[in-house]
Amino acid sequence: MGNTRLTQFLPYLVVGLLALFPLVESTFYTQLLTKVLIMAIFAMSLDLLVGYTGLVSFGHAAYFGLAGYALALMAPKYETVSLWWSLPAAIGVCALFALVTGTLVLRTRGIYFIMVTLAFAQMLFFIFHDTKIGGGSDGIYIYAKPTMKLGDVELVNLEKLEQFYWLTLALMAAAYLLLRRVLGSNFGRALLGIKVNEHRMRALGFPVFRYQLASFTLSGALAGMAGYLAAVQYGFVNPEILSWHQSGAVLMMVILGGMGTLYGSVIGAFAFVLLQEVLSNQAWFGPSAKHWQLAMGIFIMLVALYLPQGLAGLLARFGRSPVMEAADE
Amino acid sequence: MSDKTPILRTKGLTKRFGGLVAVSDVSLDLHIGEVHVVIGPNGAGKSTLTNLLSGDLPPTSGEVVFEGQDIAGCTADHISRLGIGRSYQKTNIFLPFTVFENCRLAAQSRTPHALRVFHRAEGYQDINRLAQEAMAAAGLSHRAQRVAATLSHGEQRQLEIAMCLATQPRVLLLDEPLAGMGPHESQRMVELIKGLGAGHAIMLIEHDMDAVFALAHRLTVMVNGEVLESGTPEAVRSSPAVQQAYLGGEELLHD
Repeated sequence: MGNTRLTQFLPYLVVGLLALFPLVESTFYTQLLTKVLIMAIFAMSLDLLVGYTGLVSFGHAAYFGLAGYALALMAPKYETVSLWWSLPAAIGVCALFALVTGTLVLRTRGIYFIMVTLAFAQMLFFIFHDTKIGGGSDGIYIYAKPTMKLGDVELVNLEKLEQFYWLTLALMAAAYLLLRRVLGSNFGRALLGIKVNEHRMRALGFPVFRYQLASFTLSGALAGMAGYLAAVQYGFVNPEILSWHQSGAVLMMVILGGMGTLYGSVIGAFAFVLLQEVLSNQAWFGPSAKHWQLAMGIFIMLVALYLPQGLAGLLARFGRSPVMEAADE
Repeated sequence: MSDKTPILRTKGLTKRFGGLVAVSDVSLDLHIGEVHVVIGPNGAGKSTLTNLLSGDLPPTSGEVVFEGQDIAGCTADHISRLGIGRSYQKTNIFLPFTVFENCRLAAQSRTPHALRVFHRAEGYQDINRLAQEAMAAAGLSHRAQRVAATLSHGEQRQLEIAMCLATQPRVLLLDEPLAGMGPHESQRMVELIKGLGAGHAIMLIEHDMDAVFALAHRLTVMVNGEVLESGTPEAVRSSPAVQQAYLGGEELLHD
């Protein structure tokens, strides 16, 4: 616990080092790391629900994918769209969708909550898969990446890999700081209370549903931010972006990294994406690379068995949550 | 007893679970400055009655009038915010949190800035003070930084009361606060409840007869969901019906 200064300083150090990455590394790794950072935002948004509000959502890809489709449908076909309004608009669409679905799914708990969130995501999947709104199962291409201009000066052009990387890094850091701030407030403490003992929170006078809905909406909005960036990176969206595989993958990142720590989600995203990259590398693993999911499954099982607090549990010795400070007096 | 209008009154309060009538036509009054003790054998409907008053369960029929307003069927959080606090028979606290955080969270529920999302939770002096006072009242100040799960059973019961107090209720519904406590801790708790009696309306469910007669201004005996007898402790103690049905004739007089 004497390391609190180190743990306070560490996130800035990590972000600082990550910011230097594109200067020294190749295009391939910059792209890979961009993907990691996007998934880190996505995983943090889910950790807000799973780790801090006690709601295990198995349909979080709905908000991720919806933002991707929002961008694809908002962008003019062959011209660049302005980052200024398209990103907030995509986030807004997701927040609104989360607000509406939240009022329904939050009437259920536990296993039913898992099923209902999954059902909503599947509904969205089939809407985009079976109708022509978003190009059906083929999806839509985003031919020109968004840019950010001030007057005639181009501030950010996401066509440029480094700029896209830095923007993603900045947004991830912003998402982290925002969530840290929110979770350290009365609102965040109430969410934790709801996670630990929802019944008692109600008896103490907390309107539990409203807190959960606010958390659900914020979570959906942040997932949307990640989904927007993912759509920009791939340059197209298809229904796969909303599939339950995607929801499962992000849930695994959160669990792998360690629920309820926030930085665990970042670690989980790193581990998951990098492992997937390594295990599916045919140069290294030959034909068995096709079966990377088997090896990934074994890895996740091992973590679940021996590190119940996830990879973040390894780091937990350096810092403790202030609420639970004197655990071993 | 007091002639003033009660702060909380029930009329014909009834709760059915399918064919079982857990609480049947119960009418009782709670006054500020009075400890109203409810006794009765297991299964008499005491805890269900508490749940009906606190909003944990909606009544099947009947009224719960708090300060002239019918609150029957209101949600638990709404009733809590009106100023009716409760403790649970089975300890119901936030086990992974510190004692202070348990009380701080309880106190936070009373503040309008609960939804301000950018200020640090510890930064509100009014909330912290309420939490400190509640811990002090329940005799837990020296345990402030302990994680609730590591407290002794008796201390957890004290915390249960402290959390209830931190919400600044005017009506306290205490469901067997002495359950499982040692003699020393029980004595403490009786003194605490006695002290609270002056400024609050208290409904106390209790089995410990020493505590019951040390605290009760008014005593209600429930059997099979119904009120068998209600009145001053002396009147109830000498009621033949009570002696026969609940106290087994002798038990109470010679304990």
